Amino acid sequence: MVEFRMPKLGADMDRGKVVAWRKGPGDAVAKGEIVAEVETDKADLEVESFTAGTLERILVEPGTWVPIGTPLAIIRAPGEAPGEAPGPAPAPPAEPTQVAAPPSAPATAAAPSLPSASPCSPAARKRAEELGVDLAQVKGTGPGGRITIPDVEAARGQAPEDPQVRLRRAIAAAMSRSKREIPHYYLSQTLDLGPATDWLAAANGARGVDSRLLLGTLLVKAAALALKEVPELNGFWTDGTFQPSAAIHLGIAISLRGGGLLAPAILDTDRLPLDELNARLADLVRRARAGGLRALEMASATATVTSLGDRGVEAVFGVIQPPQVALIGFGTPRTGPWVLGDRVVPRPVVTATLSADHRASDGHRGGLLLEAMERLLASPERL
Amino acid sequence: MSAVTDRGGIRVAVLRELKRLAPEADLASLAPDALLRRTLDLDSVDFLNLILALHRATGVEVPEQDYPALATVDGCVAYFASRLGL
Repeated sequence: MVEFRMPKLGADMDRGKVVAWRKGPGDAVAKGEIVAEVETDKADLEVESFTAGTLERILVEPGTWVPIGTPLAIIRAPGEAPGEAPGPAPAPPAEPTQVAAPPSAPATAAAPSLPSASPCSPAARKRAEELGVDLAQVKGTGPGGRITIPDVEAARGQAPEDPQVRLRRAIAAAMSRSKREIPHYYLSQTLDLGPATDWLAAANGARGVDSRLLLGTLLVKAAALALKEVPELNGFWTDGTFQPSAAIHLGIAISLRGGGLLAPAILDTDRLPLDELNARLADLVRRARAGGLRALEMASATATVTSLGDRGVEAVFGVIQPPQVALIGFGTPRTGPWVLGDRVVPRPVVTATLSADHRASDGHRGGLLLEAMERLLASPERL
Repeated sequence: MSAVTDRGGIRVAVLRELKRLAPEADLASLAPDALLRRTLDLDSVDFLNLILALHRATGVEVPEQDYPALATVDGCVAYFASRLGL
């Protein structure tokens, strides 16, 4: 038996809510198949199973916020008899959130606001503390009279919180943590885009509207290949050391209409042919805005790329998404003066930047990344 | 592919796609000569999706060098009408 748990989908996530189950008890589940739709403070996501088997039991009904790590369902491995294992004893369906509480929860659970008659999830308790709500005065409307976050918010006289407010709060938490913990250093270099734009014009001239490549696709691919050359910038700073990642999964910062942003990853960015990467980028932008991102995409980024190339910004010095150690930025591609031999000529250029974690790398290595991107973009046919 | 046979049909197709790309926008108050990317905060992926939708609605292939002609609603209508011989 395997527990299907509420995944952690980024440094800024400490809870999630099952919105709907795509599978029911008895259904076969393939590895990688979507099992549940989960709402987080940042986005609605589709969560896939990492094992194959049969869904044995659902432990958490839709609509309840639970801390990350909480068992949501039990998946029976192929060949196991139904009900063979007793399942995780400490996970009675009515009280699923008491199980895999995050390390900070015990302290919260011992808080003086506890003596409420109704059971209450740690997430709702945390929210009650934030809002200064006395849980003893809250009437629970969840299963078994459980107090839910909306109950807490209603008790405070607040309408259930606007998703936009929650998104902003999640971004605030991650960015504050980044600036508090990560000693950023910043580099910038203006790159000649002449070869890339010439190659792109020729390539797109022969393509229909539906298969035309974006300049952004070339920039993302160049960033991914450059990271391969400077592995100190691709991975995670955790527990006081740098853990490099063999795979390159670039997070793509995507602004949402109405404010906020998400940075889902394109898996194995460095290995995708340009056509495939171009299609994936367009698809990712669409799903980030319309819904349908996969949990895996939100949890996998090994470094992030941001581009403010649509609004005339010359250079962007971004804030690293912890626990990543690098963020690569692109400003607006523009025509700028370029020295070619002893002449100054107008050329298409872009300012590329690197924000990097000084604990994991030094400026010299960071400089090599920008230099690698310039070299790679000079031979776009090889991207 | 929906058949677009007149200028009104082109305008409807443009506005329909803009509504999809920028659902919060008040298209009724969008001036026909307003720059779409700036006014509706469209990025390069949005703009490509607009052109793709108009290509599907009209059957017209739009070469990249013609993109500047599609900066406004009026520009789109004039461009596709001309390409379709309307």
